[in-house]
Amino acid sequence: MKTELNISDMHLDVLKEIGNIGAAHAATSLSELLQRKIDMHVPKVALVSFDDMFELAGGSENVVVGIFLRIEGDLSGSMFFVLPIDSANRFIRRLIGDPHFDFLTPESIGEIGVSAMQELGNILSGSYLSALSDFTGLKIFPTVPSLSVDMVGAIVSFGLIEVSHYSDEVIVIDTKIIEEDGNDKSVDGHFFLLPDPPSYITIFKSLGVM
Amino acid sequence: MEMVKTVVRVGIADMNIVREPDTIRTSGLGSCVGVVLYDERRKVAGMVHVMLPDSSLGKGDSINVAKFADTGIYSLMEQLKAEGVRPLSLKAKIAGGSQMFQFGSSDTVRIGPRNVEAVKNELARLSIPLMAEDTGGSNGRTIEFDPASSILQVRTVNAGTNGI
Repeated sequence: MKTELNISDMHLDVLKEIGNIGAAHAATSLSELLQRKIDMHVPKVALVSFDDMFELAGGSENVVVGIFLRIEGDLSGSMFFVLPIDSANRFIRRLIGDPHFDFLTPESIGEIGVSAMQELGNILSGSYLSALSDFTGLKIFPTVPSLSVDMVGAIVSFGLIEVSHYSDEVIVIDTKIIEEDGNDKSVDGHFFLLPDPPSYITIFKSLGVM
Repeated sequence: MEMVKTVVRVGIADMNIVREPDTIRTSGLGSCVGVVLYDERRKVAGMVHVMLPDSSLGKGDSINVAKFADTGIYSLMEQLKAEGVRPLSLKAKIAGGSQMFQFGSSDTVRIGPRNVEAVKNELARLSIPLMAEDTGGSNGRTIEFDPASSILQVRTVNAGTNGI
């Protein structure tokens, strides 16, 4: 199947709106979970090359905690929750009450910390996707999230495999995660939604912009 | 006069060629496979960052030859030939092809191992001997090849850097 689709600025604006709605819900969930004010916004929705996609997340060699899940149902696509190691450590230490937990020392990655991180991914993607589902009227089912601590390129390229069958570019809905705790400790985390190309049409049709 | 070394970068689904004293590098390989073809005597090497096993999987209008194992390795060999390298003098080293996550849709399941298998089949078809590999597992890799020494440096997050 070919995707004969000219993505216009109007289409990207629609996706940005979807991202903002999803991000608002996800930010509320995360704020409640961490009992901290977390802000999320969508700085960028764009059609970018795969290499540019890695740059958005800090460069392909940048080591991060990555949560990956697939979206199935009326829509298909990949979703990533990418956090710098120190931010992920801070979140999880707070959540499980273990000040020594560290994603970078494999021997210290207790099952509880990993589960907590996966649960965080579950809650975030769940609230994001239910907002998306409400807005579009589409049925969307996330798979169980999977976790990896590794280079951004290695993690995110796995979610580009589907897209790569169609194209060398991907529409990325990039949501930036910012923690507001007064000490200017902003978290440079990202939440990436990468719809598979055939799903672009589904989204636009559901919103009456195609 | 001292020669200035340049590191030539290869992006995802991309390829390039390098001559001594420069080196060639690609970063953040996951399920993708980095393939190096080199001529030990002439100190020339090419690298391709393969993303998918077979160009018949392409569903788009145009094909990026560097994306697929079959078209990518062949095209890299042709580029090296254009640089005056004889195909019979080529050798190969490969790294990557890991399984970063344990699930996916039908096409992404086992994509790493399938990429490695496709790369090996293509090397065999082109009669290019595979001298070394660091493949599989569930970790990312950054690789850099030095045509002067024919050594491929493989860096991972947990195991540091090893030369193969």
